Amino acid sequence: MQPAVEFRNISKAFGAVQANADVSFAIAKGSIHGVIGENGAGKSTLMSILYGYYNADSGQVLIDGQPQDIRTSQEAIALGIGMVHQHFMLVENMTVLDNVMLGNEGGFKLAAKRGAVEAKLREICDRYRLDVDPLATIHDLSVGAQQRVEILKQIYRSANILILDEPTAVLTAQETASLFEILRLFKEQGKTIILITHKLQEIMEITDEVTVMRAGRVVGAVKTAETSREELANMMVGRPIQSELPRAPYNPGEEVLKVSNLQLLDANGVALLSDIDFTLRAGEVVAIAGVSGNGQSELLEILSGMRLPTAGRVEFNGRALPYEGRTNADGLPAEFRELGIGHVPEDRLRDGVIKDFSVMQNTVFGYQDKVKNRWGLFDYKKIAQRCADLMTAFDVRPNNPDLRIGLLSGGNQQKVVIAREVAAKPKLMLVGQPTRGVDIGTIESIHTQLLRLRDEGVAILLSSVELEEVRALADRIIVMSGGRITGILPIDEFDTTRIGLLMGGMNKH
Amino acid sequence: MTKTELPRWATGFVLPILNLMSALLVAGLVIHLLGESPSESLRILVDSAILDPEGLGYTLFYASTFIFAGLAVSIAMQAGLFNIGAEGQMYVGGLGLTWAVLALDAHLPAILMIPLAMIGAAVFGALWAFIPGYLQAKRGSHVVVTTIMFNFIAASLMNFVIVKYLIPEGQQNPASRVFADSAALPLLNKLLPVFGDTPLNISFVLALLALVIYGVVVWRSSWGYQLRATGLNAHAAHYAGVKISRTIIVTMLVSGALAGLCAVNSVMGSTHYLSLNFPAGAGFVGIAIALMGRQHPVGIFLSSVLFGALIQGGFDLSLEKPNIPQETFIFIQGLIILFCGAMENFYAPAILKLLNATRTNKGI
Repeated sequence: MQPAVEFRNISKAFGAVQANADVSFAIAKGSIHGVIGENGAGKSTLMSILYGYYNADSGQVLIDGQPQDIRTSQEAIALGIGMVHQHFMLVENMTVLDNVMLGNEGGFKLAAKRGAVEAKLREICDRYRLDVDPLATIHDLSVGAQQRVEILKQIYRSANILILDEPTAVLTAQETASLFEILRLFKEQGKTIILITHKLQEIMEITDEVTVMRAGRVVGAVKTAETSREELANMMVGRPIQSELPRAPYNPGEEVLKVSNLQLLDANGVALLSDIDFTLRAGEVVAIAGVSGNGQSELLEILSGMRLPTAGRVEFNGRALPYEGRTNADGLPAEFRELGIGHVPEDRLRDGVIKDFSVMQNTVFGYQDKVKNRWGLFDYKKIAQRCADLMTAFDVRPNNPDLRIGLLSGGNQQKVVIAREVAAKPKLMLVGQPTRGVDIGTIESIHTQLLRLRDEGVAILLSSVELEEVRALADRIIVMSGGRITGILPIDEFDTTRIGLLMGGMNKH
Repeated sequence: MTKTELPRWATGFVLPILNLMSALLVAGLVIHLLGESPSESLRILVDSAILDPEGLGYTLFYASTFIFAGLAVSIAMQAGLFNIGAEGQMYVGGLGLTWAVLALDAHLPAILMIPLAMIGAAVFGALWAFIPGYLQAKRGSHVVVTTIMFNFIAASLMNFVIVKYLIPEGQQNPASRVFADSAALPLLNKLLPVFGDTPLNISFVLALLALVIYGVVVWRSSWGYQLRATGLNAHAAHYAGVKISRTIIVTMLVSGALAGLCAVNSVMGSTHYLSLNFPAGAGFVGIAIALMGRQHPVGIFLSSVLFGALIQGGFDLSLEKPNIPQETFIFIQGLIILFCGAMENFYAPAILKLLNATRTNKGI
């Protein structure tokens, strides 16, 4: 049988970066095919070529054995290729039905076609057990349901080849399981699924075959049944990775942070955080697990002074943090830094760095008042020396302090941010998504740095959507769902199923 | 190796020069259509604005005002604020200056009168910018909208104040009385007789000084760092502990003060009285200068001189070429704003291609 998709010698360069180099592999019809690789391995580029966003510099794409020159996504859709993006392409304030019809209206008058489309959507939902109401408005739907809308959209456009880009990044364990149910159903119906992910466990669970990419090339193509997580991980990284990082025995010191009855309402009075109570001691790592958007970001923002809580009290080293009597948080992060609270923000490019500043300028970001002389001017000699030291200590590459930080890879940007915050010798370190958008090699070095900080007696509160990361770093785990703490457990009670249930808001079982 | 970004020499020099050339080319075309020779017109322009020492004096005299205007717009742009109101701030700054002078010029020597008048101009300009700054910082009213409105308010207010209070009794001309000699800025032709009989005065030196101070403050000081951080990414600046509202308000105060100082050169350096509509669009030219000079001191200086030369040369051109009206200056100014502001990166892709092509040819 002809493969559904075949890549032949695909190469694509962006400037100096060879995103895809001589990529060749085939995807069998009616199979679930995993494509794994680190960030920047070239998975997304390859899929974008298949979907017509980019044109390959050389090479061929064959669909059902026929060479195709896919230049736009419309052509890809016409060939039966559908893509579910990591970031949903949905209009939030429109209904499911309208989103499906968007770009596919079939005439000037909508009403005429609406009924027919709705009927067809209901039929598709039944057949694939998608459980989506076509008349619901998108922003009322959970993230998992929104993803199903994306899938629904593709099926409606009669996609036979479905590309899913990191589909589980935003899902709970339970939502992931139900997504996989749907995918298996697709497979039974003869559809082909391409699953892009970096989660090895999912690859093992659902795929038939796996293609491993590294640095733009295919470095392995195996049947899932004949491989193991370890083998795949080693292929991905190109060297064996340490699964357990060294850390001192758990011996927490004094209480550094005490959060009592913290509440946060948004402008419309909707509770973003409710009844948050926990403590954090010196020399321990407490990791907040949860699907993103369940209050973790807001909690870290409050603790770092970027946002004011609506009510509640936070004690840092026995003294209440100065939220009282303020109408806005303008300038508060500087005061918190002064007290000894470091913060690695979860959205690096939005909060953590100024993209257009050089690496050197970014190493004083947030500490700009510490490096001026008595004239209020920057002491560039001192800054340059400090920057050179940090870049060496944290192995920032390339080692060029004058480069705009926006030109560095995500991992190296993160190293700069962590280096900067560590250099200020905080007593409490807040870390949001320590390794988001960071490649595996760098993950290890960032984890090592954080654990060293813990061993030196710093209290660390981090939030991560990666359970693997939580397991690797935490001494205690806080699980959050819907702005509440649904469970606090020590690391030796780590259990994916239980945490998954807590993340889904089910704390009684 | 292919590059995706232009090197700094290209964005800093090649692009502005290409843009300027394009603007002049279109201007030349129009002059041709008006029935005059573009090359001869350019020669007259350059002769009278740059090569003739007295003309150069006038060019630099106009440039002194423009430098302050360019700085006013530039410093706000560094903080991400588009201050369209330099014109109004300059106007109101002129009022502050005039009040100080009218009250004190009979009693104080120049050495006290001039600084005091400058403080008056700066304070009034700053106050006029304070309200839009405050509204932006605390209420989120967009500074573009409010500063435009404040230009109109300033024009009406000044009209009222001049006509109602400042016209000396028995005069018809809507202007204040002529200042005493203690309020006249020292002319540079005393030191440099080569400039001849031009109003070029110490405010040119002050403008150069302001450029240096601007450069140091924006790129070397902690405050300038916070300012630029706010302009580039306000979220991140908040994370870094910058007090965003205060930064916005203070920046607008500084911007307004600089705009107010524009009045010093035109009022105390040449006319010696406050007249209706004396800013004559200098505040708007400041926007063009800030865009074209990319908010860099050297760029601001060069574009200010260019615009000064256009006024001076354009004036002489219209005298010599009856077919070319005096408004040609405004027309060329508009073209420059179009090419250097709106179409800033028009040539960037082509230059990038060219650069990459030469690189591959060399086999690098």
